[in-house]
Amino acid sequence: MLSLVLRRLGLLVPVLLGLSVLLFAWLRALPGDPARAMLGERATPAGIAAVNRLYGFDQPLWQQYFTYLGRMATGNFGNSTRTGQPVLSTFLERFPATVELALAALLVAICLGIPLGYFAARRNGSWLDHLAVGGSLLGVVVPVFFLAFLLKWLFALELGWLPTTGRQNPRIDATHITNLYVLDGLMTREWDAAWDAVLHLVLPAMALGAIPLAIVVRITRASVLDVLNEDHVRTAEAKGLLRGTVSRRHVLRNAMLPVSTTLGLQAGALLAGAVLTETVFAFNGIGEYLFQAVNQLDYPVLQGFILAIAVIYAVVNLLVDISYGLLDPRVRVS
Amino acid sequence: MTAATTVTAATAEPGQEQPPGRVSGTGRARASWDRLRRDPAAWVGAAIVTAFVVVAVAAPLIAPYEPAGSQWIRQITPSDVPGPSEEHLLGLDSFGSDLFTQLVYGARQSLVIGVVSTLLGLLAGTVLGVLSGGIGGWVDTAVMRVVDIMLSVPALLLAVSVAAMVGRSSTSVMVAIAVAQVPIFARLLRASLLSQRGQDYVLALRSLGLRERRIVVSHMLPNSLGPLLVQATLVLATAVIEVAALSFLGLGDPDPAVAEWGRMLVKAQERLQNDPQLALWPGVCIAVTALGFTLLGESLRQALDPRARR
Repeated sequence: MLSLVLRRLGLLVPVLLGLSVLLFAWLRALPGDPARAMLGERATPAGIAAVNRLYGFDQPLWQQYFTYLGRMATGNFGNSTRTGQPVLSTFLERFPATVELALAALLVAICLGIPLGYFAARRNGSWLDHLAVGGSLLGVVVPVFFLAFLLKWLFALELGWLPTTGRQNPRIDATHITNLYVLDGLMTREWDAAWDAVLHLVLPAMALGAIPLAIVVRITRASVLDVLNEDHVRTAEAKGLLRGTVSRRHVLRNAMLPVSTTLGLQAGALLAGAVLTETVFAFNGIGEYLFQAVNQLDYPVLQGFILAIAVIYAVVNLLVDISYGLLDPRVRVS
Repeated sequence: MTAATTVTAATAEPGQEQPPGRVSGTGRARASWDRLRRDPAAWVGAAIVTAFVVVAVAAPLIAPYEPAGSQWIRQITPSDVPGPSEEHLLGLDSFGSDLFTQLVYGARQSLVIGVVSTLLGLLAGTVLGVLSGGIGGWVDTAVMRVVDIMLSVPALLLAVSVAAMVGRSSTSVMVAIAVAQVPIFARLLRASLLSQRGQDYVLALRSLGLRERRIVVSHMLPNSLGPLLVQATLVLATAVIEVAALSFLGLGDPDPAVAEWGRMLVKAQERLQNDPQLALWPGVCIAVTALGFTLLGESLRQALDPRARR
C-alpha cells in the first residue's frame, strides 16, 4: 500500500515540475516585458525597474526559473496586479468556499446518482431506466452556466424560494472558523447561520453537480449491469441468499469500483465548473476570483491559481487511487 | 473508454472475426453501417447535426434580417426587450437586433470554431499519438509526460490559460479549445496503436520486410480511424459548449458584430429577471447542438463496437 502511494507521488513530481516550466514560460511568452504584464495598468518606469530587480528579470532565464521555483516552494506566488493582495493568501481565504460548493455538488451526484443508476440497471428497459439514460444525456449537453441561469431564474427570481447570490445573508452575524460556512454554523451551534448557508448552497450545488450526477448515473448503471451478469452473483442467488444481501454485498460493492474512479476524475470538472457556477451565483470562491482574474488578465493570480488547482487535482486523483486500492485488494498487488 | 474501445474494436466478436486490413475491411464496415442505420439515436443525432450545418452554412438565406444591425434599438428600454411579434419570430435581443437572426448567425460561429478547433486538436493529437504509439521507447515516454502535464490542468482551465495568453479573438478560442483536445486524441491513438502492435497482421507485414514507418502510417493508423472519428464527433459536442464557456468568461471574440451563443447568454444575464427568453434560446441552441453531436458520436461508437454499452 505504502509503495503504491510513494510510486504515485513519484509520478507526480515530473508532472508538476513540467507544469511549472510551462507556467513560467507562459508569463515570459506574453507580449511585452513580464514586469509590465505583472504590474498591469499601474506600470511606471520605477515600478518596472523595482519588479525587474525583485524577480530578477535581468538575470539569465535558467537562473530566473530556479528563483521562481524557489519562490513557489516557499509559497510566494506574487501579488495580484489588480488588488495588490498576495495570491496565496487570497487563494487560501477563498478555497474553503469552493471546497464547500464542490462537496455539496458531489453529494448531489452521489446521493441521487448511485441509487438512480442502480435502480435503472435493476429495472433495465423500464421507464425509469429510459428516464435515467435520457436525463444523464441531457445533464452532459446542457452547459453548466446555462443550467445555473435556469435554476437561478426559476427558483430564485420567479418562485423566490432560494437566495439568488452569495454564500450567506450578510445580516446574519455568523462566526467563521474554517470558512466552510455550514460547518462553522454547526460547530458554533448558530443553527440559523448554518441553515442559511445550506440554502445558499442548494442552487449552485445543483448546477455544478449536474455533470457529475449524469456521469455517476451512467457509470453506476453500466457497472451494475455488468456485475449482475457475473457468475458470482448467480451463485449467490442460487445458494439462496436474500435479494438484499446479494445486492449489497455482491452487486453494489463490486459495482462501486468504477464509480469511485469516475468520481475522482470529476474533480477536474468540478474545479473548472466552479469558475462558471460561482460567477453566476456570486459565490466567493476561487472560481469567481479566477473569473475576475481572467477578465482583468491578472497574470500572477492566473499563474498561481492554475498551479494550485493542478496540485489539488493531482492530490484528489491520488487519493482516489489509494481508495481504489482499499476497495479492491487486487490493485495493491499489481 | 479509450483503451477498451480500441481493444474490442480490434478483436471484434467471435463469429464475426475478420483480420483487419483493406481486403476484408468492407464486411465489417457494412455490418457497422447496418447497425448504425437501425439505431434511432443515430437518426436523431444525424438530423440535428445536419440541421445545424445547414443553418450555419445557409445563414444569410434563413435569417430574415441583417445580423447585429441594432435596427430596433429604440424599442429597447432598460426594463424591457420586446418579445415575439409578427416581424420578429423570437423578439429582439438586448442590442435591438432580431433574436432569431442572431441565433442563426450564432450557429455559423459555433460550427466554424467547433470544427476548426477539433480538426486542429485531431491533427496535433494524431501526430503525438503516432510518435508515441508508433515509435515507442523514449519518444513514447517523453510524449506521454507532456500529455500528462496537459491533463494535469482541467480542460476548460487549460483553454482559459491558452486564450488568456493568445488574446481575445475567435482564433485564440479555436487554438485554446484545440490545445485542450490534444491529450484526448493523443492518448486514444496511442492506446489503439499499442493494441495493434502484437497482432498477427503487423507481424506478417514485418516479416514481409515492410519498414516500421510504413506499417504504422499505412496500416496501423487507418485501422485506428474509427475510434478517432467517434472521439472527434463527441469532442465537437464539448467544443460547442466550450466556445460558449470561453465567451462567458470574457475570452471570446470581442467584436459585438459577431453573433455568438455564449456571449448572447452572458448579455442575457443582466436581464434574467424580466426577459429570461434572451438566455433561454441561445442556451437551448447550445444544448441541442451538443446533444446532436453526442448522440451521433455515441451511435457511431456503438456501431463500430457492438459490445460497448450506451
